[in-house]
Amino acid sequence: MTDYPMRQIIDGDGALVDDRYKDQLTPELVVEMYKKMVFARLFDRKCVNLQRQGRIGTYVPFEGQEASQVGSALAMREDDWMFPTYRDHGATLTFGHSLKNILMYWNGRYEGAVPPEGKRIFPPAVPIASQLLHATGAAWAEKKKGTDRIAIVYFGDGATSEGDFHEGLNFASVFQIPVIFFNQNNGYAISVPTTRQMHSRTIAQKAVAYDMEGIRVDGNDVCAVYFAVKEAAEKARRGEGPTLIEAVTWRYGAHTTSDDPSKYRDQSENELRRKTADPVGRMEKFLKRYGYWDEHLKAYETEATAEIETAVKAMESEPAADISHLFDYVFAASPWPIEDQKADYHRLKGGVR
Amino acid sequence: MKTAVKTREITLIQAITEAMDTMLERDPSVLVLGEDVGVNGGVFRATDGLYEKYGEDRIIDTPLAESGIIGTSIGLAMNGFKPIAEIQFFGFIYPAFNQIVTHATRIRGRTLGRFTVPMVIRAPYGAGVRAPEIHSDSMEALFTHMPGIKVVVPSNPYDAKGLLIASIEDPDPVLFLEPMKLYRAGRKEVPEGYYKVPIGKAAIVKEGTDITILSYGAMMPIVLKAAEKAEKDGIRSEVIDLRTLFPLDRELIQSSVEKTGKVIIVHEGHRTNGLAAEITALINDTETAFLSLKAPIQRVTGFDVPVPMFSLEEAYLPSIEAVYDKIRFLAEY
Repeated sequence: MTDYPMRQIIDGDGALVDDRYKDQLTPELVVEMYKKMVFARLFDRKCVNLQRQGRIGTYVPFEGQEASQVGSALAMREDDWMFPTYRDHGATLTFGHSLKNILMYWNGRYEGAVPPEGKRIFPPAVPIASQLLHATGAAWAEKKKGTDRIAIVYFGDGATSEGDFHEGLNFASVFQIPVIFFNQNNGYAISVPTTRQMHSRTIAQKAVAYDMEGIRVDGNDVCAVYFAVKEAAEKARRGEGPTLIEAVTWRYGAHTTSDDPSKYRDQSENELRRKTADPVGRMEKFLKRYGYWDEHLKAYETEATAEIETAVKAMESEPAADISHLFDYVFAASPWPIEDQKADYHRLKGGVR
Repeated sequence: MKTAVKTREITLIQAITEAMDTMLERDPSVLVLGEDVGVNGGVFRATDGLYEKYGEDRIIDTPLAESGIIGTSIGLAMNGFKPIAEIQFFGFIYPAFNQIVTHATRIRGRTLGRFTVPMVIRAPYGAGVRAPEIHSDSMEALFTHMPGIKVVVPSNPYDAKGLLIASIEDPDPVLFLEPMKLYRAGRKEVPEGYYKVPIGKAAIVKEGTDITILSYGAMMPIVLKAAEKAEKDGIRSEVIDLRTLFPLDRELIQSSVEKTGKVIIVHEGHRTNGLAAEITALINDTETAFLSLKAPIQRVTGFDVPVPMFSLEEAYLPSIEAVYDKIRFLAEY
């Protein structure tokens, strides 16, 4: 009952190891997956550099988790709901979030949490596991409204220790809500390894308690992630309820740019994983091995870098943060204490006493 | 015979580490629990070196679950241990709110003293360090409002160590809020080893006769700078560091107000039902202080809006200018 073998479609050497998906791996799809992962990685590295240069605030890197984030986001329908954490901008940008706004988020700006018009992307959850319930509620609303839209919610291994994780799974199970619980098990909740976080061997097995399907997938294999999420999505759309997916992955970098991972883990493991299990490298090997590689893909990095630089310029040419964002969005109509305090702020700023 | 106590200059966060180290050494029932407090030494390094010194049975990396940390600490405290529970950021305490408000604060009363909860909850609080969302809250008033828990906020290394030791030795739950902006803001003389600063006692950090300014924690440097600026105008402010928010030091507040007759209260927490509201009521309730007032009590506080993302946090926080403005207002009143 607790045996959850890890699903894999492409192995570390780029070899197709599950023939069932052969026909669905169209050249368009595999090239798209590769490009989105390259883009996400370049974006992530750019953000780490911007933080080091003091051009944005504390940043949360996701390098190493591109297959999990890109594969899951591509498997969703564009009108579905997405509930990310603070480490999932690789998923939100793949799903159509504004690059400039994601950058603004890390620059401490409210605009950063606003998705493009029509995109159903919630602001990143900063508290741990709280978003599982929001996703469950939003998907419940779709079910009540009779649509076939569904929700996907992202969370890490540490989140499974919070009460909200269990409450989210239970609600979704009781009311058979069309939501996908997408866990990225990257091995560490800041410094605490998964082996210390839980005594269970897998996260997928936690689905058993809620009589829910649990799936364990190689989170560095973009194809395996993509099809696991796609199948869970189709199931949810058919009204057959929620799924818990555990994508086993690894973050190469720090928890945030304020963290020093050498305090708690052997950093040489990163290099080994880059060689044997890197999500982007593996896909490149696959594309070359099966004849999907095309020289224009080499030039794609330049193209992506230019797009990212344009977004950085746009972010940096924004005027200073608007003070109305502090006062005018707490309520639809500000009650007198906020109006008074706002007036007082402007009076003092104006040098009037 | 008294031996000379050695002192050194250390930071506020080093003082906190020393307080825990001192008590872990003196009292085998003291435990430290929290997220990343062990191997990692805490995200701010508050527990640095303690895991190596005391081992994983006493410096405990817990699962990522604030309600779990506080709830199990209650059980440990009821059954012979003195847990120091670290909540990584004050803004992460809310999942544990239920455990604090329904259990930690009530067990002594519910069992007429048979069971007690001698635990300390440590949490870094406050804005001004460009931290991500939810990392900068200053919700101390939620806890001063709550019966059954003491609330302590140091503003300098000496007080931080002495107050934390007093909190660990206190027989009841203590919420110990650490101004993260001041963690490494400067070094102060701190004695080695064991000493206590009493809970419930405020301190006059600058004497004056014209205006009483009451504040605490990360606002103290702001208040002192504003007071110094006003000093050049010939206005002598008396600056008081409250240090404990529940119970307040009624006597010191009273005697200072009677001396000056003018009061400003400064805190970065939200205004409505914040500490300033309670202190204003306390002065009202203390007849001799109330009758000595020469002007309405003034307050400079955070606004009644969520602590914003960091691009707007300086606009949110009380500034030197805002405090100075109130000093001038009262001086001319």
